[in-house]
Amino acid sequence: MSDTITINNRPVTVCEQDKEMSLLNFLRERCYLHGVKNGCENGLCGSCTIALDDRSVRSCRVKVKKAIGKSIITIEGMEYPDGKLHPLQQAFIDAGAVQCGFCTPGMIMSAYILLLKNPKPTREEIRKALKGNLCRCTGYQQIVDAVQLAATYIEEQEISPEAGCLKV
Amino acid sequence: MKTEKTFRNDGYAKVTGRAAYADDISFTGTLHMVPVYSDLVAANNVTIDYSKALKVPGCVRVFTAEDVPGTTHFGQIEQDYPMLIQDTIRSWGDVAALVVAETRETAIEAAKLVEIHGDQIKPILTMEDALKPYARVVPSYGDSNIVVHHKMRHGDPSSQFKQCELIVEEDFETQMVEHAYLEPESAICVPRQDGVIEIYGSMQHPFSTRRFTGAFLGEPLSNIEVYTIAVGGGFGGKDDTAAIVCARAALGARLLSRPVKMTYSREWSVRESYKRHPYKLHYKVGVTSEGKIIAVQASLYADSGAYLSVTPWVTWRSTAQCFGPYSIDNVYADVYGVATNNIFTGAMRGFGSPQVNFATEQIIDIIAERLHVHPLGIRRINMVKQGSSTVTGQILDKHTVSMEEVMNSTVHQIGYRKKYEKCSHGSSDSDELYGIGLAISYRGASLGAEGMDFCSCIISGQFDGSILLETGIHENGQGSESVMMIVLSEQLGINLKRIRYRRSSTSNIPDSGTTVATRGTIMGSSSVVVAAENFKKLLSTHLADRLKCTPEKVTFHNDKIWGLTYDQSLTWEEAMKELFLQRVTPYAFGTFKAPEVSWDDTTGQGNAYFTYVYSCQAVEVSVNKKTGKIKILNIVASHDIGKAINKAMLLGQIYGGVTQGIGMALMEEVKCEDGKITTLNFDTYKIPRMTDLPEMTGVIIENHDPQSLTGAKGIGEPALEIIAPAIANAVYNATGIRCRSMPITIDPEELR
Repeated sequence: MSDTITINNRPVTVCEQDKEMSLLNFLRERCYLHGVKNGCENGLCGSCTIALDDRSVRSCRVKVKKAIGKSIITIEGMEYPDGKLHPLQQAFIDAGAVQCGFCTPGMIMSAYILLLKNPKPTREEIRKALKGNLCRCTGYQQIVDAVQLAATYIEEQEISPEAGCLKV
Repeated sequence: MKTEKTFRNDGYAKVTGRAAYADDISFTGTLHMVPVYSDLVAANNVTIDYSKALKVPGCVRVFTAEDVPGTTHFGQIEQDYPMLIQDTIRSWGDVAALVVAETRETAIEAAKLVEIHGDQIKPILTMEDALKPYARVVPSYGDSNIVVHHKMRHGDPSSQFKQCELIVEEDFETQMVEHAYLEPESAICVPRQDGVIEIYGSMQHPFSTRRFTGAFLGEPLSNIEVYTIAVGGGFGGKDDTAAIVCARAALGARLLSRPVKMTYSREWSVRESYKRHPYKLHYKVGVTSEGKIIAVQASLYADSGAYLSVTPWVTWRSTAQCFGPYSIDNVYADVYGVATNNIFTGAMRGFGSPQVNFATEQIIDIIAERLHVHPLGIRRINMVKQGSSTVTGQILDKHTVSMEEVMNSTVHQIGYRKKYEKCSHGSSDSDELYGIGLAISYRGASLGAEGMDFCSCIISGQFDGSILLETGIHENGQGSESVMMIVLSEQLGINLKRIRYRRSSTSNIPDSGTTVATRGTIMGSSSVVVAAENFKKLLSTHLADRLKCTPEKVTFHNDKIWGLTYDQSLTWEEAMKELFLQRVTPYAFGTFKAPEVSWDDTTGQGNAYFTYVYSCQAVEVSVNKKTGKIKILNIVASHDIGKAINKAMLLGQIYGGVTQGIGMALMEEVKCEDGKITTLNFDTYKIPRMTDLPEMTGVIIENHDPQSLTGAKGIGEPALEIIAPAIANAVYNATGIRCRSMPITIDPEELR
């Protein structure tokens, strides 16, 4: 069996020479998933956050070999196959949580993991869960609004918080 | 929960990861360029040997200043910044060479093999040393380390001091601050078959990028085409430095005839990019027994670092707005920019005002306490009112002077009066000391007497009724494109869905100046109104016959174009088709010129800005007696911005600006050892995280500004410029300790 990683619900084969790369560079350069952003390369800013087997991780701090056999969701895997946005994505737009947008993918991925575990987080809980993600534009307030709004969308529309790419 | 549904034309791209920032863009055959630094801070007779680097497999070329076909030195005011150094190193951020390789990793490896030698000289790292008699002169031009000196001579303060009941003399100090935009600088440049170099960069405005690149390559501006792409934050910081990165990549693209990408690491970004000016401020303020400030003498010094950048403009704003939103008859100010061998300083959101306000809004509280007057009372007595004269002698009678209304708004919203009575002043029964503080300001919107101020807009109707819009304002993440679209939809009475904001290019829209200085909304949206008026005039003329009325009776609303009666209307699809059939192009151009301003350099007097934004921010804090830790509990920020166009984004600007101000007030400082920055990433340069902040309340006050064609002013910078003194005042009211420097810290020893 070849070494594969499931990325956004699709198997991706890893070649030997790429195993020592950081997941960040692998996702950006080999998989063309440019929504995974490089802000500091030191695990400090959270711009490169992805979901790895239902944990949020900084992809710049994980080697490709550590992800073999596991499942990754990136921002590109959040929308549904029909092009409809995930409630978190829609809520980020509606609440005005997006400015320059560079932190947005990582922020949404951290929020995604939070909502999987805690479907109705308080503002305090959101702030704690997302404190590893830096944003320089928004002052975070509308990001907290957005995560709460997404929780409401999910509850009202009675949908699962699962990433869109998993619904095939 | 407060949620205003927001319109953002780039929202979908940004939440799906599709938004392409410079480093996300690639072309076949792209080469990678990286900068080479030396570890020297100041040196002469510098030599560069890159022979070993060239031997690294995959290394394509190393460029030094000798390879530059055009001019090597740049600057918006003085051309003193070396894109590549020649024989002198003036700061630790100087770039000696550019290494180009097939991959970025190879370029980084090869760059390590470039050898740079030079005769090290003792760097000048403080303004005190730079100002000593016979100090070595740092800049390449002029004969002094004083690179600029602005004066204000308003009335005669020295004769007034003797009549004062109280004279307050105070010194303050502010620190060097990093912009910390989350996207480090990046550019990709492509040589096109017609000879044009295309640039996709993380620049804050495309036109300075084009100017820098044209001069660097020694080519006409028409040879360079700079495109707007998603930019990961700017805050004033992606003006010079990002343009420089673009120009360097363009050099590679031109000389190697291949696409060249240059993407900075966080460490390179922090090392090389200019910062917020550290200030030293001395004020002498004379007050009557009634609390009226009648005399001010100010000496302000700003560390310009090794290069000038826009120091003369930053310090000019500190001069024109040297003592808060107060009407004072006698003010002398001397504001100096001082060259040192530190990393250079330049534009950053706030631009010379946060430093001044940190001092002056604390001085106001100091005066209030010494005279036993309420802090609100002292502000009310002295603040500008309708028809007041500013310290520059400008009469404020062309817009609503709402300073009092704005202060009252914040005071009421936060419950300042009652809470002020509860402040701990250094003693409390629990471990937590409580304090509340506020600060007010007025901020001149747009460039003022700093420079030429105008903006253009193009509206192009399409055959099918859709419309393309473009302005000279650049989208940096603030949402300017969305604002322009909303304004056009209101002007033409059309659905937003008809409008597409065209991706701007410097070869299409005329140079409209920089997207800085809180000028995006006021200048850009006014230009949309001018162009929309021209567009409507054209349409009215050619559709009047079809609508069976005269052109002046044609109206635009409900997504249609109307004649006099309800049965006389055209859809936009019909109207655009009709124009094309008449061989008339539905196309309009419009330019908005800012109202006249004036300035006299010798006296520092004149109509500095054509309008002002009024702001008041208040903050509640607790300070722990055992640890000295300062916690922010609550914030209210009120701003009179004329008119809100996109309310949720406007609030986002307020929250974001306040947060950057909190960072400056409590945690951020670029630290250096021997001229070398030690805070190169977010582990040592800490910016506010979600858990550092309380919930905030933004209050929007709308007194439409008659000089703006939409009534709107701006918010980018006013949001940032007063939270630091508000925090300092709150900390004082909690602890009884006056903090005269930033970042503000409390030593628990002093609380015992």
